Amino acid sequence: MTLRTDTLHASGSACATCPMNQHLERLGVKMTNWDYVVALAGNPNTGKSTVFNALTGLRQHTGNWPGKTVARAEGGFQYGNKRYKLVDLPGTYSLLAASVDEEIARDFILFGQPDVTAIVVDATRLERNLNLVLQVLEITNKAVVCLNLVDEARRHKLIVDHRRLARDLGVPVVPTAARQNEGIPELLQVMSEVATGVIETRPRRLRSTANPALDAAVNTLSGQLEAAFPGLPNARWVALRLLDGDQQIERAIRDGSLGDLSRGDKTQAVSERLTIAEVPA
Amino acid sequence: MTANTTASDLLNTARRLRQEVGENSHDHLTEALFAEAARITDRAVTHPDTRSRFDLERTIDRLVTSRRWGFPIMLLLLTAVFWITIEGANVPSRMLSSLLLDTVHPALNDLGASLGMPWWMSGVLFDGAYLSMAWVVSVMLPPMAIFFPLFTLLEDFGYLPRVAFNLDRLFSSTGAHGKQALTMTMGFGCNAAGVIATRVIDSPRERLIAIITNNFAICNGRWPTLILISSVFLGSSVPAAAAGLISAAAVVSIAVLGVLLTFAVSWFLSKTWLKGESSVFSLELPPYRPPRILQTIYTSIIDRTAIVLYRAVMMAVPAGILIWTLSNITLADQSLAEHMVGFLDGFGWLLGLNGVILVAYILAIPANEIVIPTILMLTVLTAGLTGVGAGAGVMFELDSNTAVKDILSAGGWTALTAVNLMLFSLIHNPCSTTIMTIYNETKSVKWTAVATLLPLIMGLTITLTTATITRLMGWV
Repeated sequence: MTLRTDTLHASGSACATCPMNQHLERLGVKMTNWDYVVALAGNPNTGKSTVFNALTGLRQHTGNWPGKTVARAEGGFQYGNKRYKLVDLPGTYSLLAASVDEEIARDFILFGQPDVTAIVVDATRLERNLNLVLQVLEITNKAVVCLNLVDEARRHKLIVDHRRLARDLGVPVVPTAARQNEGIPELLQVMSEVATGVIETRPRRLRSTANPALDAAVNTLSGQLEAAFPGLPNARWVALRLLDGDQQIERAIRDGSLGDLSRGDKTQAVSERLTIAEVPA
Repeated sequence: MTANTTASDLLNTARRLRQEVGENSHDHLTEALFAEAARITDRAVTHPDTRSRFDLERTIDRLVTSRRWGFPIMLLLLTAVFWITIEGANVPSRMLSSLLLDTVHPALNDLGASLGMPWWMSGVLFDGAYLSMAWVVSVMLPPMAIFFPLFTLLEDFGYLPRVAFNLDRLFSSTGAHGKQALTMTMGFGCNAAGVIATRVIDSPRERLIAIITNNFAICNGRWPTLILISSVFLGSSVPAAAAGLISAAAVVSIAVLGVLLTFAVSWFLSKTWLKGESSVFSLELPPYRPPRILQTIYTSIIDRTAIVLYRAVMMAVPAGILIWTLSNITLADQSLAEHMVGFLDGFGWLLGLNGVILVAYILAIPANEIVIPTILMLTVLTAGLTGVGAGAGVMFELDSNTAVKDILSAGGWTALTAVNLMLFSLIHNPCSTTIMTIYNETKSVKWTAVATLLPLIMGLTITLTTATITRLMGWV
């Protein structure tokens, strides 16, 4: 592992005062006393590991086949005098906890409460990738969409209106081509602004499904949840999971770790769970 | 109201509502999400006019995953990779061996003599430890430095998921996991790496099958043995024009036999000790991406080549010391090595092999790479040849195939010995690095023993059978 210190922008021009020109210091695996935690989510094979390497200076092996990141990888970087811990979650198509990978990713976003979750999406396969984005946005408010592989989209003559996308999703969307480092400085700036609360996000949440009975049940249950856990950031989603019989969410309600979420505490239970899940059997 | 009653109230409400809504809330949610994703995408993405455009990627995909052309293309590509590796490694291998063996080695011996080292000390250090290390470096480094980047480039380009796609049907019909296609392909480089790669398989049952059968993928350490023996014994028995083709065909058929054995043993395991359904997985065929050549070469050399080479050297040094010592300690007029060869000769004959080959395979447990030099050295010793090589316990490399054939024929080798050596090279216990890796990955003595002994027993049985049949038919 190498520890590299370099800047992404040549400073010294008139732009030097621009906040975008803050120095990125890649900390590799050396991370202690971080100020913010960033989770990196995304479908398999969208270049998540490439984004991870671009930010941390680590050379985690990237490969063009799904399922490359078997365990959770962590690294660090410093940006604008703040230290960030970056957690590369396994690539998944959904967060419904149907597999070990999905459970690791879901648990980290829900219980680990990262300060910002960057969702890496493949610009050439936007529709399928948005399924995961919408699920992440159901759970957390603090998210950024990293619209990756725009170079490939250009090659396929696809035009993705990222401003429109950002308006529809209610979170910032940053177009990137991580392999060429294109858009990474902008991504850093936006991530730091969401983490510090400079950017307020209003993620799009599902207001209704096609099933009135289900919607009514969700309304009842989420009302009760909000009353029991004031400030819970994702009552509707928790309600939906309960209606689906999600045992882990039931357990979180029983042992009170869901209550910690409403107070904004990071639960300890999650770190244990993650260490167990980290080693694939 | 305490926290506990709130929690149980909530859960009761949830249970009641769940019954009202029914089991399919999950589907409704998924449908709603899909519809939403489609709406948002529709607004944000402008598609080019694609009506009559020729889609290169789809055409390639249709070709490389087609039922008719998928397998031939796969064999062709893998053959090309191996051919480039073998041909390309030849020159640097020769340069390295002339530097390390012909220049540095005598210089070390001279140095030892000028320092007044006793014969046994310079023998152990230079003729044992140094030479075996030099041999492994000159033989292993060039092919690895070519093979790993090539393989990584194929991976980076996006071809490997197509291989898995092609093999998936075959693997799942044997009760194994489709991703075993990927780990098997990794095994063609190094079985230890292939065993580690089985981490991509979630189900422990299917992962064990993949670990146990990985040994049937011929690793880097075994390719040189197969290539040398097939060109010396099989290639030289046909007209010169066809020699290259025949020996290449022999090597490829051994490799294909290994794949067939992988299927057979996977099927056997999933019907007996590791019963179960094969799990379904969805494999997205990723887009083809132009590989980043320089970065790939850099990371594959640092991450793979250097580590594998380091391990091989660490194994070869003690093995070299051992071979030298065994060849130089004399007991009742014979060296220990000669005693061992004599002891195993009868059993070796039954298998269509000989004592020398068996001793070589025992000494080469740490690394298959040292099989051929050990065989040559022991043959020279026991056949009482003089004037070849550099003397007792020195591993040497012979310049021409004819010289190799002369030595081996003097040692009583026939075509049967050659064929059975190739079979045994494919089907025997994994090297100690792989065995250690299997233990680290499974943490089970039992499964490590199965993975070690099953191929060994199979190899003994198969060579015994071919030897007996050949002799009964009077072919030898």
